[in-house]
Amino acid sequence: MFTGSSPFADYVDATFLLIVGISSLVLLGLVVAMIYFLFRYSRKRNPHPTNIEGNVPLEVAWTVIPLVLFMGMFYMGWEGYSRMSEVPDNAVPIHVTARMWTWTFEYPNGLQTDTLFVPVQQPIKLSLTSMDVNHSMYIPAFRIKKDVIPNRTNVMWFSTPEPRSYDIACAEYCGLRHAYMYTKVVAMTPEAFDQWYRARSAKASKDYAPLRSAAPAR
Amino acid sequence: MTQAAAHTLPGGRGFYDEPGRHTGIRGWIFSTDHKRIGLLYLGSMSVFFLTALTLGVLMRLEMLSPGKTIVEPQTYNTFFTLHGIMMIFLFIIPGLPAVFGNFLLPIMIGAKDVFFPRLNLLSWWLFMIGGLLALASVFFPGGAADTGWTFYVPYSVRTSTNVLPALIAAFILGFSSILTGLNFVTTIHRMRAPGMDWFRMPLFVWSLYATAWIQILATPIVGITLLLVAVERMFGVGIFDPALGGDPVLFQHLFWIYSHPAVYIMVLPGLGVVSEILPVFARRTIFGYKFIAYSSLAIAFLGSLVWAHHMFTVGMSNTGMFVFSLLTFLVSIPSAIKVFNWIATLYKGSIALEPPLLFILSFIIQFSIGGFTGLMLGALAVNIHVQDTYFVVGHFHYVMFGGTGFGLFAAMHYWFPKMFGRMYKKGPAVVAWALTTLGFNMLYFPFLILGYMGMPRRYYDYLPEYQSVHVVATVGSWVLALGVIILIVNLLVSLRRGAIAPANPWGGKTLEWTVPSPPPMENFDTIPTVTTGPYDYSEYEQRSAEHP
Ligand SMILES: [Cu+2]
Repeated sequence: MFTGSSPFADYVDATFLLIVGISSLVLLGLVVAMIYFLFRYSRKRNPHPTNIEGNVPLEVAWTVIPLVLFMGMFYMGWEGYSRMSEVPDNAVPIHVTARMWTWTFEYPNGLQTDTLFVPVQQPIKLSLTSMDVNHSMYIPAFRIKKDVIPNRTNVMWFSTPEPRSYDIACAEYCGLRHAYMYTKVVAMTPEAFDQWYRARSAKASKDYAPLRSAAPAR
Repeated sequence: MTQAAAHTLPGGRGFYDEPGRHTGIRGWIFSTDHKRIGLLYLGSMSVFFLTALTLGVLMRLEMLSPGKTIVEPQTYNTFFTLHGIMMIFLFIIPGLPAVFGNFLLPIMIGAKDVFFPRLNLLSWWLFMIGGLLALASVFFPGGAADTGWTFYVPYSVRTSTNVLPALIAAFILGFSSILTGLNFVTTIHRMRAPGMDWFRMPLFVWSLYATAWIQILATPIVGITLLLVAVERMFGVGIFDPALGGDPVLFQHLFWIYSHPAVYIMVLPGLGVVSEILPVFARRTIFGYKFIAYSSLAIAFLGSLVWAHHMFTVGMSNTGMFVFSLLTFLVSIPSAIKVFNWIATLYKGSIALEPPLLFILSFIIQFSIGGFTGLMLGALAVNIHVQDTYFVVGHFHYVMFGGTGFGLFAAMHYWFPKMFGRMYKKGPAVVAWALTTLGFNMLYFPFLILGYMGMPRRYYDYLPEYQSVHVVATVGSWVLALGVIILIVNLLVSLRRGAIAPANPWGGKTLEWTVPSPPPMENFDTIPTVTTGPYDYSEYEQRSAEHP
């Protein structure tokens, strides 16, 4: 948690922990009240019950207080998602094609790979589509996921600060080898990435142009 | 089995003595008596439950270590598909309404039977045909369906396994559910005893009423959706399959327009059982009767508007995301209201910790955890990360099993004396409660952790870093299974050997406790007249108790 591996990761973790914290407090309160009542009002200690039909101010309180808390949680969730849905203008477009049970990444010059190589700090815009059934592209460390559906292009973006690699999983059940539809996203320093991109483009006889300047303004 | 048990009862054996026009097994499968139909459901549902539970335990065994542990991936995929289909369509949806609703609803409102007794029998037959078809499809050439219980298109249109029988089974089961709902709504409107006005109805009846409306209104949608998938598989029409110009996301919308309300079909009767059992063992009236009753209706209504929260990663407009997330938080409010009222019902009660109450206490805590994890899932930013992971699986097992499942265990232990005229042993029941509660939490809490770590659901295999958590969950599944076995054996043994149950062993105030255990053929010699609310325990208060 709080690895800062994508622009969203820390925010998602913070929202999650906030809701976990509030929930734990309320749950603790419920359990303590329950156990206290069980002892204090056991048939032995309290043979004669008191019939309390209800209490309207109390009902209002435990309707309104959760409502306020829930609206706060809703807003945090929405705010975090808004960031995920706003793709920066300078994002580099990469096309992702899923099929049972592999991923293909296509760079602007047509270069295709089965592992996603990206330069650090560079916003990447993934356009996702499937050749067969539904899949879902999931990068747990970045806290992002989007379904990959045939005849449809879904979009997802990220950037990552450190040169290291992370798992990419398929999160939507897609048959026999669903659990093996893993690949990696490998973040490299801009220099290392340029070197890799130039070499691989040449090998695949694709025109080379530095990735960042190749990004069309969107 | 139930008949044999009844044989030895000295004081008559109620409706077991009067099989009606038929005798023997035919006295059961052709009986229109709501009590016999309830017990038919209980028997058949138990078989389906134990089958699906076994599949669940086998899946956990497979998850004990990465790679192959006991089965091949294709087998594993059919396991989770069948586990889901059976648990949902053959156990949780019919569980409380069809078993306990059938047996108790007419008695609780002071009626001799449901409004349409023959339709009721037809519902059971449809249930059996659907259930057996789902089971039989496993043995057809092509193999059992491997789509998951959600039947997502395009996979469900393309896989070569037996999806068609499973779809048709679910379609038939849907009709069974609709007819039961129709029967209950009519019964509650038309058959209440004199004086049983709406706010004197037991809260279990209120929950069945709300549930029945969802069954009637939402089930036809999934029926037609599944039928369309079947048509697509047979004739290649192109409604959902993109290869034929269809839209796979349309399927998901239609599927969840039913299947989200269906979640409330599964959970509302469980909530009703809690509200029903708590006052009896706290020996005081329920706290906030009207708030609990109306919250059931609010859940039924709001619950029909939140379906797309199952689809936050599908690529929806931001407006859609905003609205469905907001509504999801709103639908949690009525559930929160219920939980607070339940805890308040223990306040100043006179509490007896009998087995039914123990299961209810576990229910309240586990259902709350299910609710809290629901809030985490409702928050969009978090949802994107944990959607389609073990977190979701943990969440719905907390609601469905930790809630409804434990509600069913509680109902079993609460109404057992009424249904069979026998008491069960308290010791083993308490042991079963402790083991199921411990095992349940040991099994499903790790799921929440696995999910947040990033382990997707429906995975045959996993990365080594997840193994330690999986091992804890698998050991939990053994503890849980042991608890369930003890629970069932205890009740089965008590069918024959249990002490004879009095009419009202727990001191309940609702009408079913005014008739003998087991109840006579048409429940009441004379239809009762109701003069008080369902939980009137004023006689136990200090004032009246001071008489010598
Ligand atoms: Cu996939």
